[in-house]
Amino acid sequence: MENHGGPIDGSIVTVPPGFTKDAVIEAIANGIKLLVIVTERIPRGDVAGMVEFADLHDARIIGPNCLGLIVPEVCKMGGIGGPAKDAAKSYKPGVVGVMSRSGGMTTEISSSLTAAGLGVSTAVSIGGDAIIGSTYAELMPYFEADEQTQAIVIYTEPGGRMEAQLAEWKQENNSRLPIVAFMAGKFMDDDEMQGMSFGHAGTIVEGKEDSAKEKIVRLEAADIKVVERIDEIPEAVKERIAK
Amino acid sequence: MIFYEYEARKIVELAGIPVTKYGFCQTADEARKVAEEIGGPTVIKSQVLTGGRMKAGGVQFADTPDEAAKHAEDILKLEINGHMPVGVLVDPKAEVKQEYYASVVWDGTAKKPLMLFSDMGGIDIEQVAEEHPDHVGRGHISNLLPVGDYEAKQVIAATGVTGSQLNRATPILAKLARLFRDNDMILAEINPLAELTDGSFVALDAHMEMEEEAVGRQKQLLRQELGIAEEDTRDNYVPSEFEKNVKAIDAADHRGVIQGKDHGFDGNLGLVIGAGGGSLTLTDAVRNQGGKPANYSEIGGNPSVAKACGLAKEVLKKDGVEKIAVMMSIVSNTRVDIVARGVIKACLELGKDPADTIAIFRIPGAWEDEGNKILDYYGVEYCDRTVSLWDAAGRAVAKIQGAAA
Repeated sequence: MENHGGPIDGSIVTVPPGFTKDAVIEAIANGIKLLVIVTERIPRGDVAGMVEFADLHDARIIGPNCLGLIVPEVCKMGGIGGPAKDAAKSYKPGVVGVMSRSGGMTTEISSSLTAAGLGVSTAVSIGGDAIIGSTYAELMPYFEADEQTQAIVIYTEPGGRMEAQLAEWKQENNSRLPIVAFMAGKFMDDDEMQGMSFGHAGTIVEGKEDSAKEKIVRLEAADIKVVERIDEIPEAVKERIAK
Repeated sequence: MIFYEYEARKIVELAGIPVTKYGFCQTADEARKVAEEIGGPTVIKSQVLTGGRMKAGGVQFADTPDEAAKHAEDILKLEINGHMPVGVLVDPKAEVKQEYYASVVWDGTAKKPLMLFSDMGGIDIEQVAEEHPDHVGRGHISNLLPVGDYEAKQVIAATGVTGSQLNRATPILAKLARLFRDNDMILAEINPLAELTDGSFVALDAHMEMEEEAVGRQKQLLRQELGIAEEDTRDNYVPSEFEKNVKAIDAADHRGVIQGKDHGFDGNLGLVIGAGGGSLTLTDAVRNQGGKPANYSEIGGNPSVAKACGLAKEVLKKDGVEKIAVMMSIVSNTRVDIVARGVIKACLELGKDPADTIAIFRIPGAWEDEGNKILDYYGVEYCDRTVSLWDAAGRAVAKIQGAAA
């Protein structure tokens, strides 16, 4: 830090799981305020410890197990969208904020928003683990404060109660932003899939509250539009913005 | 990783929480000896990784060592919910005045461990929480700062427990919270935590579960203290032939990651799909358009031609598979041309025509132009990012239904 010569305010962490916690704490202790953790398979206790340390230092963690974030044509942190020339194909500046538990689906959804002429304000791959630095609800105030953003799209999966937290946030804060959600992994609700994990570490149906069906009911109760098909997202966003 | 009761009790004991003088036995003779040492009425408990022991007859009471041996002999032969016991635990029959409940679990929303305590122990805590919410105390602990006894005391006091009971239960809950954190547990539960007639507290039963990601750094506890062998993963899931083969192909090469599952799938359309979120989305899209997936799979990272070929071959070899659909969400670091080469190679090596076998190829992203050239050469139908995952899945389903009609 001392020898770098210019200000450094962000860090992308890709070191193996056994070293991640120390790397993150080192970065935060040296004044870094925004960290993207790409590494996966970090034990929960380590993740929770890093998040607690970040909170004490007013720093924010995105991830772990994520591809980072992008503000199209402005900046990019992490591998999101691939090399800059590939990212430019999927991400054009626009009005929709995107948050996704899947890195690949962040780009897939953003690409469809770009193709539909809506574009993306900021897209965040929030990570697929059971405990992550920033949940949908925790990032909402930033989108709320961003004048460019007119709507939010989230990609979500079974497991955990992050969607319930978003629904509660929306109801309590009278947000100006319409939210459209897409839920993948409905097949995991089948009886023979119970207790099995697909896709991401955080995606395991352990109780009734974790199932796709339950989550959809809760999101819709908070006036969050849940689309059935992935290709319905751009139209649903246009409808909601026009309302 | 889940633990047997005798191991969970050992973990509790190592953390300094009082337990009864129990013994783990694998024969009737050992059970008799332990019962003799205990020298009074005993309880013989089956050691299985499943619930409902009591109802199935896996817990018996004995007045004499001979009776204990007889029960042990029966229980060792008793299968419970498809599980054979690894042994029995012989425990002194405790003179219980009151049963309590103590546990620590993860609270994902707060991102902190949560201590739970109830003065209504011995029964299901979810039932207590629903019917008697004032009898359940809760409190989060830090992941960085030391756990103070006072934090445990507040949780217990919230249930109305006072006096010497409060003083005796406090260090037990605090120690349970520390062991949860130190040992990377995702569940640490003592139920019942018993107050005996002499006023002392002991853990009469315990359930522990360790996070899989942390198994590698808990060797001291697992190998040294508990003597659990490295290959003993406690995973009672029996993988299918397909799942085993895909795992072996993945392990043979460090480049990229492939995963395959076919538990619960038996259709005619093989899925060679990725990545994590893309696979979930595509599996739903195929099913919701009337398709019958033969499997679930995930391609991640940048796999070699051999790996992509290996996965496609395993899918194609499955009974009833007529065609495969090769689809991913837009990729950043998976090379499209390498996956294309791999799946075409798989078709050719199995004597199948790639144009006929691959229902659709939809992987937009890195090196897609090179990939498309290869696909063109073999006449395989492909599409780019302007075709949604839903429509790509729909095309594959239409093709296989057209072929069947």
